[in-house]
Amino acid sequence: MTVRDGVEDIEIQLLLEALYQRYHYDFRHYARASIKRRLVQAREQLGFASISAMQDSVLHDSSTLPRLLDYLTVQVSEMFRDPSYFRALREQVIPHLRTYPSLKVWIAGCSNGEELYSLAILFREEGLDQRTLFYATDINPTALRAAEAGVYPLEQIRKFTENHQKSGAKSSLSDYYTADYGRAVFDKSLRSQVVLSDHSLVTDATFAEMHLISCRNVLIYFDRALQDRALGLFRDSLARKGFLGLGSKESLRFSTHAAAFSDFVRDEKIYQRREP
Amino acid sequence: MTGAPIKAVAIGASAGGVQALSRILPSLPVGYPLPVLIVVHVPPDRNNALVALFQSKCQVQVKEAEDKEPVAPGVVYFAPSDYHLLVEADGSLSLSSDELVNHSRPSIDVLLESAADAFGPALTGVVLTGANDDGAAGLKAIMAAGGGGVVEDPGEAYASAMPAASLRAAPSAQVMSLDEIAAYVLRLGTA
Repeated sequence: MTVRDGVEDIEIQLLLEALYQRYHYDFRHYARASIKRRLVQAREQLGFASISAMQDSVLHDSSTLPRLLDYLTVQVSEMFRDPSYFRALREQVIPHLRTYPSLKVWIAGCSNGEELYSLAILFREEGLDQRTLFYATDINPTALRAAEAGVYPLEQIRKFTENHQKSGAKSSLSDYYTADYGRAVFDKSLRSQVVLSDHSLVTDATFAEMHLISCRNVLIYFDRALQDRALGLFRDSLARKGFLGLGSKESLRFSTHAAAFSDFVRDEKIYQRREP
Repeated sequence: MTGAPIKAVAIGASAGGVQALSRILPSLPVGYPLPVLIVVHVPPDRNNALVALFQSKCQVQVKEAEDKEPVAPGVVYFAPSDYHLLVEADGSLSLSSDELVNHSRPSIDVLLESAADAFGPALTGVVLTGANDDGAAGLKAIMAAGGGGVVEDPGEAYASAMPAASLRAAPSAQVMSLDEIAAYVLRLGTA
């Protein structure tokens, strides 16, 4: 692959431009090294001789786009990933959220819904589920369908359960799913207060006033300019003193919007919107 | 080796890697002019102890790699546990939580392949002890891009599988003992 690097980099640039112009999927400002790795993997596994050949197909064959999107967007996750994050939400953020009569929570870049279900369970355990509306957004329709289905391989459940317990669980994870042919099917009632929606942090605007935004391991895929755009969107979407949770290796440190937030739980990358 | 100036060193290690790195990194002097990027396979525990361990042993600065951070000379960067470490074309670092590669996150191949892209012939890749074959494709990519390749002598390594796999994938890589690698990496910075 490296011998043709110069050419492949050009092809990648052109493919990303084609995806944007034809479908308005904008990956042009994603961190390039990861994108390149994924596109090379897609080219190999989808059986194209070159990135250009893949571009030709994505422009002319409507069945190629969803397959390519699965390489470009799906991020692997797990329920209650980084249990200490959820413990911090439970012990330090929830007491503040309790003071509101109604709540809006946004899971931005929800992928297959693992974090959505984690938060829905946590809010139910804390008795806040009935007054909370969850918005879960992603750009990949396949991921949104998976999030809506709430079905995960049974072999992941052990890890999910362990994470849930470490988050300070007040119930058993098995209360929320039924095992069925090697799959864990999560309870529909967890979705009764959930709005799943197509939304891009790259091209779309703010749509509601949130009390908590959780967006973890999404910003690391963006370049700095795009990170800044997304953080600006979060700033504008948060209620006064609303909370923002990022991934454990993400931070506001390099952002022009850093001043709009204060550290709330520093080690867990939980920030609070300052008073405007 | 080409005549291009060496801009960076990338190292991968797995089983026995901490001991192996302990024979290499402490000899780097204050003012060492190259960035050193390292992936060690560690369990996905957030309290990555590598940085603290090597900070206490090294004269150069040792830190955990941060997303979007520009690489600086004379700094040793460790990939955080549970994240891949990549190098961007502009020489900055990025992290990813993509799926495991070679059953590992961080993966050595992910670092070496992206570093090969970013630095081309100005990179030396080093594959140390380990019981899997991560790093082999990465070392091959580095050498295909004109960079230098060094493999720990599989006969002397704590676990031979990983350096042996790298050597099969990149047969022209130089085979060295740990002490030779330490001297070689040191020399890269003074050449």
